[in-house]
Amino acid sequence: MRRNWDAIWMVARREFIDQFRDWRIVAPMVLLMALFPFVADDTTQDSIQFMGRFGGELILERLVPFVILVIGFFPLSFTLVVALESFVGEKERGTIEPILSSPLDDHQIYLGKLLVGITTPLVFSFFSITIYLILITRRDVAFPSPYLLALVLLLTFAHAVLMVSSAIVISVQATTVRAANLLASFVVVPVAFLLQGETALIFWGNESVLWYAIVGVTLLSALIVRLGVSHFRREYLLGREIDTFNLKQMGRVFMGRFVGNAESIRDWYAFELPETLKQLKKPLALVTLLGVAAIVASYLWVVVNVPAFLDISPEVTDRIKTLVNENLTDFEDLSTQMPVPVLFYHNARAVVIMLLLGIVSFGTLGVTLFLVNMGLVGGVLGGASLLGVSPWLLFAAGILPHGIFELSAVFLSVSATLKAGALLVTPQQDKSLGELLLVALADWFRVFIGVALPLLAVAAVVEVFVTPQLLKMVVPYF
Amino acid sequence: MIETNDLSKQFNNNFWAVQGVTLNVQPGQILALLGQNGAGKTTTVRMLTALLAPTRGSARVAGFDVTKNPKEIRMNVGVLTEQHGLYLRMSGDEYLDYFGKIYGLDAQARAVRSKYLLDYFGLGEAARRRSGEYSKGMKQKLALARSLMHNPSVLLLDEPTSAMDPESSRLVRDEIARLRSSQRTIIICTHNLAEAEALADHIAIIYRGKILLNGALDELKQRVLGPVEYEARFADAFDTSGLSLPAGAEVASRSETSLKFRIEAPQVVNPGLVRALASMNAPLISFHEVPRKLEQVYLKTMAEAQGLAYAA
Repeated sequence: MRRNWDAIWMVARREFIDQFRDWRIVAPMVLLMALFPFVADDTTQDSIQFMGRFGGELILERLVPFVILVIGFFPLSFTLVVALESFVGEKERGTIEPILSSPLDDHQIYLGKLLVGITTPLVFSFFSITIYLILITRRDVAFPSPYLLALVLLLTFAHAVLMVSSAIVISVQATTVRAANLLASFVVVPVAFLLQGETALIFWGNESVLWYAIVGVTLLSALIVRLGVSHFRREYLLGREIDTFNLKQMGRVFMGRFVGNAESIRDWYAFELPETLKQLKKPLALVTLLGVAAIVASYLWVVVNVPAFLDISPEVTDRIKTLVNENLTDFEDLSTQMPVPVLFYHNARAVVIMLLLGIVSFGTLGVTLFLVNMGLVGGVLGGASLLGVSPWLLFAAGILPHGIFELSAVFLSVSATLKAGALLVTPQQDKSLGELLLVALADWFRVFIGVALPLLAVAAVVEVFVTPQLLKMVVPYF
Repeated sequence: MIETNDLSKQFNNNFWAVQGVTLNVQPGQILALLGQNGAGKTTTVRMLTALLAPTRGSARVAGFDVTKNPKEIRMNVGVLTEQHGLYLRMSGDEYLDYFGKIYGLDAQARAVRSKYLLDYFGLGEAARRRSGEYSKGMKQKLALARSLMHNPSVLLLDEPTSAMDPESSRLVRDEIARLRSSQRTIIICTHNLAEAEALADHIAIIYRGKILLNGALDELKQRVLGPVEYEARFADAFDTSGLSLPAGAEVASRSETSLKFRIEAPQVVNPGLVRALASMNAPLISFHEVPRKLEQVYLKTMAEAQGLAYAA
């Protein structure tokens, strides 16, 4: 363990020395790090004056934590170049081969680089933040509580790990520094959006919500580090000199996996698809468990918490029931309001969105979106329960008929998304990351085209023509 | 010791960079791996340092299997890469110390070893200067010192004397020869055929990933260029038409003042040949073996491989 750490530190230490001896790296960093807190301090002062005129004290209270988050983010974004060129830069300069020929383990080299990549921007970020905190003591603005300050610093740390671990994955995969720098936007822009979301949380007022952001970002970072370590291969760095965009080769890999050994569609349905579905057993069990848990949790939350906010007196519930009855006539004519193809398209699109989110987050965001949907189902059932309607009856008549098909399609697709994410972070010596991504997508499309789309088509027909009839039949029993 | 059997490497684009390379280099031997740029020399060396996994075949280096014991191999192999690969903001002594640490040498061993190597290669005075300030030759010497830092039993050297002045090249060649005498196993990849001829016990010529020729230099000369040629030079024009050649000798070419023979077994044929010339009272100035260079072997082999005519 000690030797392992020593080796990681050895790699990191050399990088530190190398960086801090290059004035072209150090000078702009120091300049920006020192300058930005003063600019931010001036902006804070202007904001105090501006909001003071309009009574925006509440916003002012939250201004400082927000500015700290932004100040922390800036050094992270401009020092990202250190991580982005960590491997590909060495490769371009020809310095990587002596290191790769040494007895250092892959993970020691990788983690050494990661350590430098994280520490350098964090040092600059925290230094910038410290300067700003000193400066605002002169201002008439609330200093953030130690708890909030700790949360914001922790969030900055999580941002650093997320950005640097992503940048290092890019650095390993890219063949030139130019290509790596072009890909930097794919790190900076999503984190900037994330920052906006976190800012909303800060201004919203409940700082404890920031814990969700910290946990989420840390989880994602851990997955990216895992992805990086598991796909870091010496051979990969030396085996490729030029990356060509070979659509034919990509198509071959994708179709090879998608079609498999099948010679006809019948073959494919008889042998290939069942094989893929068999591999979904574990993810499907997990997704089902999570889905049911989300429905139950959401149902219970609504039943327990909503009465405190809403008036659900018998008069109100009667009025709502009457309203539902009156609107059921619209339900009968659902095919004109929501034609089957439109409903099918919406559902299919939702499943694809889950995949897209899942692919960029190793399954996590795809599953999160799925859980939100399941939460909505639980919420509707909880609401029904509050209105005195049997949630079982509502479920049986309003959700189950088309849900058998729709939920099956969604559960299977999300399981395939989760599996694709897991595949990306699993070490596979014989495949590059690109090939692995194509294989994961091919597996997903097997499920989507072979099972989910037909099920969603049936679900759309049932939802438009059968579910409203059933609902109409059971309404008198509500 | 280096042993490879059918060592082959195919890259993702289905291109075979190396195919069926079988080599055997024993301790105390130097093998020169010759070939054009892109012939597969670097890929072969990278497989031998366990940087690239062979697609087919096997290789054992310093007693370890390249696929099963990559770490042990890297611990026992010193590699001089195609590019010097120096960290230009580190000084010479810092650089060697860094690699000494990576190879697990303690502080004292690092200090002694790095001082010895820096002094040996004439870098002692520049030890504290950043290697970015070094000349090309100095950088190459520092890179070579790096590959020797941990005293490896196997050395894989890619163009060890490129960019060096004649004195430095000589110094490096002497060091390589000394390492051979201390039972190191050495492979040199080079385009410098004179250097290969001077140093190597064995020569392997690689072309488009395949070994065309592999063996001891004399053996290769015999195999590629045919029997050894001897030349008799005369002081004046001398008519050799009446010369009766002993069995195993044939005339390769003749002029008024010289005669060249192609001889299968010089130790058997030459005494009789000299006697025959003497019996004719030939005004003999010298009788010597016509020197044949590795360059001829290489160029002829390459010309044949490419289907071109070889002009000696």
